[in-house]
Amino acid sequence: MDNLIEAIYFVAAFLFIFGLKRMSSPATARGGILWAGAGMMAATLATFAIPELENIALMLVAIIMGSVIAYVSGKRVAMTDMPQMIALYNGMGGGAAAAIAAVELVKTGEHNIVHMNLAVLGALIGAISFSGSLIAFAKLQGWLRKAVRLPMMQMINLFLFTITVVSGVYIGFVDPNVTVIAIFFVMALVFGVMMTLPIGGADMPVVISLFNALTGLAVALEGFVLNNAAMIIAGTVVGSAGTLLTQLMARAMNRPITNVLFSSFGASGSTSEQEVEGALKPIDADDAGVMMAFANKVIIVPGYGMAVAQAQHKIWELSKQLIDRDVTVKFAIHPVAGRMPGHMNVLLAEAGVPYDLIYDLDEINEEFVNCDVALVIGANDVVNPMARSNPESPIYGMPILDADKAKNIIVIKRGQGTGFSGIENALFYDDKTRMLYGDGQEMVGELVQGVKSV
Amino acid sequence: MIEGFTALYIFMLAAFTGYEVISRVPVILHTPLMSGSNFVHGIVLVGAMIALGHADTTTEQAIGFFGVLLASMNAVGGYVVTERMLEMFKSSKEKKNG
Repeated sequence: MDNLIEAIYFVAAFLFIFGLKRMSSPATARGGILWAGAGMMAATLATFAIPELENIALMLVAIIMGSVIAYVSGKRVAMTDMPQMIALYNGMGGGAAAAIAAVELVKTGEHNIVHMNLAVLGALIGAISFSGSLIAFAKLQGWLRKAVRLPMMQMINLFLFTITVVSGVYIGFVDPNVTVIAIFFVMALVFGVMMTLPIGGADMPVVISLFNALTGLAVALEGFVLNNAAMIIAGTVVGSAGTLLTQLMARAMNRPITNVLFSSFGASGSTSEQEVEGALKPIDADDAGVMMAFANKVIIVPGYGMAVAQAQHKIWELSKQLIDRDVTVKFAIHPVAGRMPGHMNVLLAEAGVPYDLIYDLDEINEEFVNCDVALVIGANDVVNPMARSNPESPIYGMPILDADKAKNIIVIKRGQGTGFSGIENALFYDDKTRMLYGDGQEMVGELVQGVKSV
Repeated sequence: MIEGFTALYIFMLAAFTGYEVISRVPVILHTPLMSGSNFVHGIVLVGAMIALGHADTTTEQAIGFFGVLLASMNAVGGYVVTERMLEMFKSSKEKKNG
């Protein structure tokens, strides 16, 4: 029986790697998750067959409860809210890894010193990932609007981390005393919160990706404790893949991962704000529609704001109108448009925009020069020319879409406030720029009418 | 059954595998892939089940229950979300071809 269970774990580990491999190529991605899912199902069922497993009833209740909650929430969540959902589920995984460690640590009986320390390490990483992910979720969900910064934050964090590590070492090497274990977990959880609180919303994708990798590592460590090869392999693969993914995302944003974690976004923004000159020049939708209808080439720069306003369907309608009038329409996607790399592509795909109209930053940036109208909708920091020109700006050095090089720029924006990162945008004050204030969906609807009436 | 250096070897090889599997992924797949890997560490469910299955005291049972609850949310939620995202992805490709 044991051999059969091990064999099934082996197959599951294979299916996870195979599934991830398929998920990394567009043509086979859809099948990838099915393979991985089959592996998970097999591994879970095999676990029930482990002899001398108690509390089966309790186990079933927990699984059914968790599955129903997750299934319903996962099915209901809007595509725009995907990133925070990933953060939430990832946090659950980290919490589960910490819980496994907690059970193993409070268990009395003979203790293997290596196992104890691995369990402690996994618990530390899992607990940080758990509470940190919950904060990331709350931030993206809009429950926590501001980046919280306390005075001496770094010192406090260092202090918390030290207590956590010291209590962890004590548990691992000296004595798994229940009080110390409780202190250890509380401190690790608080540290996860404190570490994530000062990080700005714009950096959240990188942080979520990092927590994803950390959870993988925590799972692998608990796999060593439980002698479970499937957990070790799956956890380690996710740990390393997640680390690479984090680096790729950080590179796309031109934000070294250490900057994301240890310096706060927008902290130096106050000096650069005054340097914007000029005035915001509004336009009404009819004029903007006419302008686009008589253009040769229109490049649409969508941002997360477009998705929040659910304007992607209207945008596609507008594009079809323009294409019918022989206007060339292209979509320019910044690597971090939306909340994560690739998020915007998913959102546009949902609205039915064909893939061959969507271009990456590298492919499209040279085309802005001979484009008549750049329509910026719900995007802000990714078109801010200060990233090129102002070394003082917190986003200086980030690759941007050169919308400011277009002959005309129309910006659809809800109000006059600053963007997600709280930085003023010089593009909006440009002489060629006209602002179209209002709800994204409504405004694009009016643009469609404007184009039609020509 | 997995002891000392064997465990280290597994760890090293799996780490390289993860790195290689992801290394040439296009940007458009970053989000779905992160979601997919988030699902894969849902395997923590197996560990949580084992932990709860060997729990004796009420405290252990309570923590174990909590662990299984969280882990099943990770696995099921991760799957549902990834599947939804990739489904969208497929339909857009079909539209392009059609």
